[in-house]
Amino acid sequence: MKIRTFVRHIREGVKSVFRNGWMTVASISAMSVSLLILGLFMMLAINVNQFAQHLESQVEIRVFLKVNTAEEDVSRMEFDLESMPAVKNVTFVSKQQALSYLRTVFKDDQSFLDGLEGENNPLNESFTVEVKEPRDVSTVAKAIENWDQQEPKPIIERLRWGQGTVEELFRWTEIIRNVGLVFVGLLGLTSMFLIANTIKLTIIARRREISIMKLVGATNSFIRWPFFIEGIFLGVIGSMIPASALIYGYYRLTQSEQFQHFLGFVQLVDWQTIAYPLGGLLLVIGLVIGAWGSIFSVRKFLKV
Amino acid sequence: MIEMHDVWKTYPDGTHALRGVNIKVHKNEFVYVVGPSGAGKSTFMKLMYREEMPTKGQIFLDNFNLGRLKQRKIPYVRRNIGVIFQDYRLLQKLTVFENVAFAMEVIEAPKKLIKKRAMEVLELVNLQDKLSNYPTQLSGGEQQRVSIARAIVNNPSVIIADEPTGNLDPETSWGIMRILEEINFRGATIVMATHNKEIVNTLRKRVIAIEKGIIVRDELRGEYGYED
Ligand SMILES: Nc1ncnc2c1ncn2[C@@H]1O[C@H](COP(=O)(O)OP(=O)(O)O)[C@@H](O)[C@H]1O
Ligand SMILES: [Mg+2]
Repeated sequence: MKIRTFVRHIREGVKSVFRNGWMTVASISAMSVSLLILGLFMMLAINVNQFAQHLESQVEIRVFLKVNTAEEDVSRMEFDLESMPAVKNVTFVSKQQALSYLRTVFKDDQSFLDGLEGENNPLNESFTVEVKEPRDVSTVAKAIENWDQQEPKPIIERLRWGQGTVEELFRWTEIIRNVGLVFVGLLGLTSMFLIANTIKLTIIARRREISIMKLVGATNSFIRWPFFIEGIFLGVIGSMIPASALIYGYYRLTQSEQFQHFLGFVQLVDWQTIAYPLGGLLLVIGLVIGAWGSIFSVRKFLKV
Repeated sequence: MIEMHDVWKTYPDGTHALRGVNIKVHKNEFVYVVGPSGAGKSTFMKLMYREEMPTKGQIFLDNFNLGRLKQRKIPYVRRNIGVIFQDYRLLQKLTVFENVAFAMEVIEAPKKLIKKRAMEVLELVNLQDKLSNYPTQLSGGEQQRVSIARAIVNNPSVIIADEPTGNLDPETSWGIMRILEEINFRGATIVMATHNKEIVNTLRKRVIAIEKGIIVRDELRGEYGYED
């Protein structure tokens, strides 16, 4: 193909977008509406996922030490914990810190805590262990318990990591993620079908034109190129409209104090974090459907 | 140049449009195809540029066996044929100029040449004032002239004209005939279906008469032979 022919194809493709008035409007509307719904669901899914992640990251192991554990045993334990590969962070909580914490919790009536200072403090010293993969929490907790028991003089009194509740939490976040994935997948397929079908209709309306072009001596690729370019344009326009609408709407939502108040402690994902993947994904879907839809639908009418 | 061997054409609905046609058209010949409407003239010509395929029999164009032609080669064979369609077949979304230019874009002609040559043929058919009109804004006769301009713009070696003067006034018709004779004089083969008795009887050429799908007459300097 000569360069001037390629330029011609691009020119014709773009012109076609404008020439085909209502058909262009129909294709772009179909694409915008489907991608809007898809994008909306994706935003919801991303937020639900972040919330699930947030819940999971709250999971930690508390290692309570026996009263009067020797200081060097405490440091050895801290060193051992920190050198575990699955462990992200270890924080030591002294008796004094534990007491201060209780004071903040019972700030209105803390008289019962008086007299527990210094020597009289009955609280355990403890470690707060954060793991790298929240899912490993049970395994890690059991491992810690095990190797302490193999020591000649175990120093752990008990471990707490929300036994049972944690497994339940993971089961639910897993279900929510999978349902979200399936929904996004189904919506994606439905919109692809809907959009491709609309493009097909617009091309059926042009079958007469295609047959004339062939009778005048045009090759298949000569006919296909402008349709391809046109499809790409429809894809860009039809995906950028819903993407901008969604991102702008989401931006306004994240800025709204009322909405944040309504959500309570649930934190929305930043709009910037959502903008690029969402815009990018919708654009790619739009391009693929536009290009594929046009190429695929023209094919049938080329056999003249 | 064009040969048909025992060609039959039955449309999917069962209409027998051609029944055992044998014909040989030589290079540089000018042939009129006459006959009542519904006789099979258009079908006869559609087979030549492969808009329709024969139900039976073989067709050769320029030594290409049209029935055996690979899909990919068809466009290149068609580029040597200029077709003037009975129903014009203009691209509705393109202007008069663009419709003619399209035939040249297909063969990847340079832009400047397209402009020059398209203008030339549009002046020849006297449409220089309608360049940017769309087909829907033209009369039947004007659309027919666009179809003629498009058919001749690439100087094809064969012109297939299906009633090219069907919608033209006598004066314009004679103008078109002058153009076709000129092209024929420069070496092109011309096959033209027509109902124009005056033209056939004045510009004497070979006449093929088709009736009910059968060639009933084939004379070298024939007459129209029907009372219209
Ligand atoms: N696409 C078609 N499908 C079915 N029948 C057709 C088709 N085209 C033409 N015919 C029929 O074939 C016969 C010959 O038609 P045609 O070749 O157009 O004749 P002419 O051009 O001499 O008027 C007619 O009976 C016509 O109705
Ligand atoms: Mg006819």
